[in-house]
This record gives sequence, C-alpha cells and structure tokens, in this order.
Amino acid sequence: MADLGELYQQTILDHNRNPRNFRRLETANRTAEGNNPLCGDRIHLYVQVDADTIKDIGFQMPQGAGCAISKASASLMTDAVKGKSIAAAEGMFQAFRDMLAGGAHAPGKLAVFSGVRAFPSRIKCANLAWHALHAALQNSAQPVTTESAGDF
Amino acid sequence: MLDTKKLRPDFPILERQENGKRLVYLDNAATTQKPRKVLDAIQHYYRYHNANVHRGAYTLAVEATDAYEAARTAVAGFVNAWTREAVVFTRGTTESINLVAGSWGRANVRRGDTVVVTAMDHHSNLVPWQILCQEKGAKLRMVEITADGRIDLADYGRALDAKPKLVAFPYVSNALGTVNPAAQLTKLAHAAGAVTVVDGAQSTPHLRADVQAIDCDFYALSGHKMLAPMGSGALVAKPALLEAMPPYHGGGEMIERVWDDRSTWNKVPHKFEGGTPNVEAAVGLAAAIGYLELLGMDRVAEHEQELARIAIERLSQIEGVTIYGPREHRAGVVPFTFGDVHPHDLATILDRDGVCIRAGHHCTQPLMRRLGVAATARASFYIYNDVDDIEALVTAVRKAGELFGVLA
Repeated sequence: MADLGELYQQTILDHNRNPRNFRRLETANRTAEGNNPLCGDRIHLYVQVDADTIKDIGFQMPQGAGCAISKASASLMTDAVKGKSIAAAEGMFQAFRDMLAGGAHAPGKLAVFSGVRAFPSRIKCANLAWHALHAALQNSAQPVTTESAGDF
Repeated sequence: MLDTKKLRPDFPILERQENGKRLVYLDNAATTQKPRKVLDAIQHYYRYHNANVHRGAYTLAVEATDAYEAARTAVAGFVNAWTREAVVFTRGTTESINLVAGSWGRANVRRGDTVVVTAMDHHSNLVPWQILCQEKGAKLRMVEITADGRIDLADYGRALDAKPKLVAFPYVSNALGTVNPAAQLTKLAHAAGAVTVVDGAQSTPHLRADVQAIDCDFYALSGHKMLAPMGSGALVAKPALLEAMPPYHGGGEMIERVWDDRSTWNKVPHKFEGGTPNVEAAVGLAAAIGYLELLGMDRVAEHEQELARIAIERLSQIEGVTIYGPREHRAGVVPFTFGDVHPHDLATILDRDGVCIRAGHHCTQPLMRRLGVAATARASFYIYNDVDDIEALVTAVRKAGELFGVLA
C-alpha cells in the first residue's frame, strides 16, 4: 500500500506552505482559469509570453480553494516553465501527464508528483494547473474544468 | 445508545478493510451501507417474484405487483403519509423535486411570481427552481442563514412578504446538520399563500418524520441514505395536489387511454410513474424501513445525536479545528475544517487510516460562500457507528495535523 509520505513529500508540503509565483501578473498577455468542480479547487493563471517564450508566470487560488497537491503542483509548474519556450512547456505537460498515467518520471522537481499515481482520486488535483497552462498557451477563452478535459 | 456490537454483523461490508485498516465509514450523509436484510430482499425478489408490474395476467406478475405496492404502503406508514396513493416512487430526492418543479411548478408558477429557497439548500433543492424561474421569468429569493447555521427567521418572514407561490427548504441540512423547524416554516409559508417543498433526504433516515404533522405539501426522500438501494426514493405529496398536477414523464403505465393524437392519464400515483418502475429498489426500501422500524426512529435519532455530540466535543479539543453548524437542534452531521489543511488533503490522510469522510462543498456552493470556505470536511454518522469510530477519526485528524505542521 502506498505510504502517505510518497504523496506528501517535503517538497510538496513546502510549496503548499510557501507557493512560488503566487501573484497576479500585471504584464500577463495570456490568462486561463481552471476549475475542479468535484472539490471546488480554482486556479487563475497569468502568463506573459514574448516571442514564443514564457517570460513570466503567476497564479492565484481564491482563499482555501486549493488543496496541497493542486497548489504545490501549480507552484512547481510555474518554476519549471518560466523562461522556457511554449513548445518546451507543452513537452513538460506531456511528460507530467505521462508520469501520472504510470509512465516515466517527469524531469527535475516535477518527479516529486510521481507518488500521486497511487492516489487516483488526487490525479486531477495535480493536473489542474497544467491544464490551465495549456489553455492559456492555446489562448483559449473557455475556462478549463477537470470534467471537460478528457484525460484528467 | 444502540447496541452497535449487535448491529454491525448485519452489515457485511463493514467486515472489509480500507487500506489495511478497519473500515470506519463516516460518510453516511452521502450514502449508507446496506444490511443483509435489504440485500436478501432484493435477491429474493429476483429469485422468486420478478415480473413486470401492473399488467401481467399471471401469478408471478401479481406477486411482483403486490411486492411493489406493499413497498408503497411501507413508505406511507414510515412518514405518516395522508394515503398510500400520496407516495410516488422516484429515483430519489433529486427526481422527486424535479417532478414537483416540472409538473406543479410549470403549471402554477408564472412570470413575476416568486419562489423561495434557503441558503442551506442542497443543489437538488435549488437548481430545479433556478431552471423553473429562468424558464418562467419568475423571481428566485434565497433566505439567509444565521451565523450559527440556522434559517434566519427574520429574513424568512421578509421573503414571505412577497407572497411566493412556493417555498422550498431542507428539513435537515446535509452540510450543517441543522434540524429546521419544518412545521413552523410550513405554517408561515401557508399563511403567505405558498405551497412548501421539504427536502427530506437527510431527515427521513435520521429522525421520526411525519408529513402530516409538518403539514407540508411535498416531501422528497432518498432510499439510499436510509439503508436501501441507490435509485430508490419517493415523492410524498398531498393527494389533492397530485390529482390536479399534469404528468411528469409520458410513457407506459402512466396512461389510461391513448388515441392517435392525445391520451388520458392513469390514477394517482401511477400518473407520475411512467415506464417500468425500479421494483427492486422499492422492495429494498421496504426492507430497509422494516429494519429501521425494529430499531425505532426515536432511538436512531438519539444514537446519532449522541455520536455527534461526542464527536464535536472530541474534535473541538484539537487546536485549529473549527466546527460548523448550530450547537443545538442538529442531526448526526459534523462539518469541520482544520487550520489551513485543505479538506481534500484531510480526507486522503484519514483514508489511509481506514476513515472515510467527505470533503468538498457538499453540493451546497451558496452555503460555502456564506461560511467563507471553499470546502469543509464532514463526518456523518449512522446506526452502526460507535465511539470507537469517533476515536479513529480524532486520531487520524491529529496525524494529519502532524504531517502538515498544524500541531506541534
């Protein structure tokens, strides 16, 4: 049986407590909203894209509207994609999704979420920010929800 | 309190483990576990009596019809319905309320009319009224709650000043545990000329519900929250209202005569039961009612209230725990939050210790906004829960606090 420590690794607990890039970005030219209607989690994502590169990125979650997994995932995601090209960020999204579906570990710190695989009810929490990023990069005006994106 | 040592062996699922631990099932407001008596009744029905009801000329069909109609009588007795024909079988509370909105509501609510709901209504007693009001151009008025989670009677009075056509409220709140003064609320609504719709999903399983004493016009209940199968439930309504209402679903069974271009309707309650009914669910519901009546609903209510009292006392001893809902007049539902640990994380951590609780908005998003939270954790009790279950809950909550650094 999976141990709780595999899910709530220190890095995740740290990013939950002190989320990075946890701010509204005034310079954002791409934004997206992500919803998990099952648990009420909501994320607002702000991205500044210049010449196909993510120059800056920030996110906000309304008070209490993010569990540790969704908040830490958003925090680590923003750190991971900042300064990367759109193509590279989409590649990370794919690697992250593949990891949660049982594939190889995603690169770098994102690997701390491999433990989520053993907790199927929490996979949507880990994916929420990434789906919002994908929507922002696609310039989709529609809010994404964990119930409409097919592979959550 | 009930003798849970004697009751628990009646529930086969309680023998299984959850993540290698004793299953501590504390999500009874979502659904309850089923006793052997209910499981056996369903099996017995299919093994010996299965046929389509109300039409067969053969003995088997007569037996199936008898079983189905006996279940109607059982439900009528359990909530003290006006007549047995006052009981319309549905898939549960949600369908019952949609039936009222789709039939009575469509026929009686007009542009400019008001429909009153409360800020503690489950989405199932809110969204059907939103849909109806949008369709009809009617106003939806939501009554506020007090700081301690009761219906604000002053605001309720103001809402009734608009002379609403219909007033909907829950007898017991699924997200707060509040037991509302259903008879008083109904009396006030009637004085203002409104009909009342009582969401009985959380009251019927947990206290002695008496629709004639409440004097409500419509009462909706779900079987699966009271030991019966999912997909069982009923709308209980005043017979004169049912007589005057148009049908809800068209199809077989609900008709009297059918011509090329029009039909006439079957008698109440069959007018509202188009299609082959869920006989298995009705039979299971009757068995569940039999089980609960043997225990006695007063003792069931007392047992759960005592568990809720102990759980509130024990959880309150943990620093950082906030309990929601009123101190008095509450059922066996204990909603809480714990510091800044998100309820979703709490539920995952508790699950590792075999403790099943609900985390989320409990289908009451307007209420969550008023409480100023996105979600709460909720422990809810039933007849097979005991003090050991509460201790398992408290121990697991403390463990979550240590993991998240809430507790030193």
